[in-house]
Amino acid sequence: MNQSGWRPAAPTQGPGDTGTVTGNRALMLEELLIFEIGDSETTGVDFEPAPQGADRLGGLARTAPIGLPGLSEPETVRHYTRLSRQNYGIDLGFFPLGSCTMKHNPRLNEKMARLPGFADIHPLQPRETVQGALEVINELAHWLIKLTGMHGVAMSPKAGAHGELCGILCIRAALEARGDARSVVLVPESAHGTNPATAAFAGYAVENIPANAAGRVDLDALKARLGPDVAAVMITNPNTCGLFEPDMKAISDAVHAAGAFVYCDGANFNAIVGRVRPGDLGVDAMHINLHKTFSTPHGGGGPGSGPVVLSEALSRFAPLPYTARTKDGVVHLVEEEQADDFAREHFGGPLASFGRMTAFHGQMGMFTRALTYILSHGADGLRQVAEDAVLNANYILRSCEDLLDAPFAGSGPCMHEAIFSDKGFAAGLTTLDLAKGLIDEGFHPMTMYFPLVVHGAMLIEPTETESKAALDQFVAALRHVAERAKAGDETLKAAPVHAPRRRLDETLAARKPIVAWKTPAPDADKISGRSEVGGQ
Amino acid sequence: MRYLPLSDTDRREMLDVIGAETIDDLFRDVPEAARQSGPIAGLPMHAPELAVERHMTALAAKNMPAGATPFFIGCGAYKHHVPASVDHLIQRGEFLTAYTPYQPEIAQGTLQVLFEFQSQVARLTGCEVANASMYDGSTACWEAIGMARRITRRTKALLSDGLHPHYVSVCETMAKFTGDTLATAVPTLDAKTDLDRLIGAIDGETSAVVVQYPDILGRIADLQPLADAAHAAGALLIAVVTEPVALGLIKSPGEMGADIVVGEGQSIGVGLQFGGPYVGLFACREKHIRQMPGRLAGETVDAEGKRGFVLTLSTREQHIRREKATSNICTNSGLCALAFSIHLTLLGEKGLRQLAELNHARAAQVAERLAAIPGVRLVNHAFFNEFTLELPVEARPAVHKMVEAGVLGGVSLGRLYPAAEQLRNGLVVAVTETVTDADIDALEGALREAVA
Repeated sequence: MNQSGWRPAAPTQGPGDTGTVTGNRALMLEELLIFEIGDSETTGVDFEPAPQGADRLGGLARTAPIGLPGLSEPETVRHYTRLSRQNYGIDLGFFPLGSCTMKHNPRLNEKMARLPGFADIHPLQPRETVQGALEVINELAHWLIKLTGMHGVAMSPKAGAHGELCGILCIRAALEARGDARSVVLVPESAHGTNPATAAFAGYAVENIPANAAGRVDLDALKARLGPDVAAVMITNPNTCGLFEPDMKAISDAVHAAGAFVYCDGANFNAIVGRVRPGDLGVDAMHINLHKTFSTPHGGGGPGSGPVVLSEALSRFAPLPYTARTKDGVVHLVEEEQADDFAREHFGGPLASFGRMTAFHGQMGMFTRALTYILSHGADGLRQVAEDAVLNANYILRSCEDLLDAPFAGSGPCMHEAIFSDKGFAAGLTTLDLAKGLIDEGFHPMTMYFPLVVHGAMLIEPTETESKAALDQFVAALRHVAERAKAGDETLKAAPVHAPRRRLDETLAARKPIVAWKTPAPDADKISGRSEVGGQ
Repeated sequence: MRYLPLSDTDRREMLDVIGAETIDDLFRDVPEAARQSGPIAGLPMHAPELAVERHMTALAAKNMPAGATPFFIGCGAYKHHVPASVDHLIQRGEFLTAYTPYQPEIAQGTLQVLFEFQSQVARLTGCEVANASMYDGSTACWEAIGMARRITRRTKALLSDGLHPHYVSVCETMAKFTGDTLATAVPTLDAKTDLDRLIGAIDGETSAVVVQYPDILGRIADLQPLADAAHAAGALLIAVVTEPVALGLIKSPGEMGADIVVGEGQSIGVGLQFGGPYVGLFACREKHIRQMPGRLAGETVDAEGKRGFVLTLSTREQHIRREKATSNICTNSGLCALAFSIHLTLLGEKGLRQLAELNHARAAQVAERLAAIPGVRLVNHAFFNEFTLELPVEARPAVHKMVEAGVLGGVSLGRLYPAAEQLRNGLVVAVTETVTDADIDALEGALREAVA
């Protein structure tokens, strides 16, 4: 046991493992929870003494301890550094999660986002003290409008799904404004689960539209369902089978003719940025995941950012606050109080905003990163981004389709991602086994079991920031593991064997949920005494 | 194009493998009329790192950063000192550039951090369980009302007049589409909170009472009587915390009977960042865990019996339940939750208490100084690190006058409540550990000038 009381949780030996006393394996170090290594008396920060002042707490001073563990600074740095090493990130290697778009995160973006002029300003500072920040929002908004061929953009949605909600609420507000209450949103079955959830949260009934054999929206089925009760159609394009919807314009025309709106899930915009403007295809609203197309890092689950570009018909319904430059050249944050005036000047009518979606302006830190990335690429570079992303995906498709079933390989080129199925695997071996086998080869697996329209789906998205050498290495590993799966190599069921953990029991976690640390009985309040802490 | 590794030779070789003549062949499913033949007109071409840095730095220089001026702005976002190791650690590539932990065997770092974060949030708020974070405090507040609707099967929520008006706006916006009824009120410049009014308004239709603590005017009050009244009527108490540092010194809402505690975690570990990204906190009683929105990390074991962590209870979520999910959210504020957790680990029980004491003592000191200015009245009886002043003049122009003197002196209630006459002279002042004696002198001088 070291000075901090660190002990391994459960030193164990796997098959063929020589074992260690500590549970560590050279550079792969086990790490207990902060509740097991910290205590209530340790702190990693020094404060100046508090001045003597009156107690103005109104009798509400806390009496019971909180139960928070503290660590000194060196212990803290070591704890989180050790934990970081149990994570796979794009900095470490190929990360082909389909539909998630894991591309290189340029560090210039991080440096710019941390300039005090951006990182250290408050959302309620007087406007004259934050003109540069408003210009960043405005400049990014300008790029998004130009790149998509749309009319306006709502910048405040905090993630892709929040953007979906924003777009659907703009549609609902526009329909209500013309006194046209509609009750149904149509969603193709290949859509992200967020699409139907969003429509339901906006108060709509959700109906599915099937896919045809070529992995596209069934245009006839869609046309047949359109009617006066349909408010919107939510389409992902390029879609989740990795394919472009060639009938997109026909779909939009049919939807508009029926008095409804087209929502496009923009999660895959990176495949067409600079080459295709969704506005030209008749899209009315589309969210843009800044972390996907414009490389803001996803931090193990977020934050995201989901600005929504809007057609002329929807722009005046966008949520407050929004930002715009007026004729005097000053960038204004438009809030409730002056929104009417602003709307009259710029939209030619009174304010029709559906409201506010978040406390402040949205993900400013993401805006700074995205703008930095966009300026680095420029219009020419962004076009190259789409081309290289599509090229890389098709290269993987062609390099593996002789071995792995590629259900839509005959439907035309794929866009930014290639899809395979588990057809031809030996009985008992699944896509999951192949994925875990790839972990042992040093790769993050692809997206599994999505979209649902493909059995045992494997959705591989290389992005534009992978070299040909990296793709070749991945293809070799994928082919090797796939051959094992087809040959019935049962050892795959034990994969991964080289990861920090073997397969984890997800059923147990759901059946008996433990989502917060509980001080183990019987010796109560372990964190109060350093000598008592340790593994279970 | 420094971020694109393919050479033209690579591209040619790859097209040959694919069997395509040109890159345009790969876009042939796009209708010809919709294809851009060259870079989109009117946008600049790519730029070297130095040029981009110059441009962005020039934009940054047009702002007045909090650290460069006497700074007293709060109302939902707070300036605190964040230890250097926090930012260093969150920039480690394995944290920064990871995705959602869909493959738990190679995402134990993120998953253990989320489990630790959930545990810290649960303890801080006085609840049993917490989720892996939400977008921010305001969206978490709305999600809590939705959760109360699912639990009570009622649709009428009572909102305290001390709830941040932007949070109220978010809830009102969403309620228009879900059919919830929200009873709201605008505060007055009164030291007493509206708990009695809320208690009187609770009835058998009430799903939840939503109260902020400390509230938008910085007021604090015992929530226990409100919790008791809500529970007696079968309603839930939702408490909203926008300044979690306060919980180092004052009783937690969970201790006082709150069923759901949501909050804005920006104060701990996350910078001001002009409003985002922030980190929503969401905690509740264990019995309601399956109605909670958002992600959850849970403990389990691996095939060798070693402890490990996974995302769990996902049967509540959109990717399985689609239109029947508890929310449409499919992300969390992972990196901000990490920053929160690291900062709170550095503080520990002891450090958080010291930080909270320092905040409160500083605020009490400033309140006394400012209340001594002729014509200025301190509204609050009780507060943590933020309080409201009634000025003898309108606060909005006073704030702008203070800017001219180089002081960011607070938030005028006129900005937050443009329609409320009775709040025109209200100024909310936040005081944290970052404030120096010289800053206080500057504020006092600037405010004296502004109200003279």
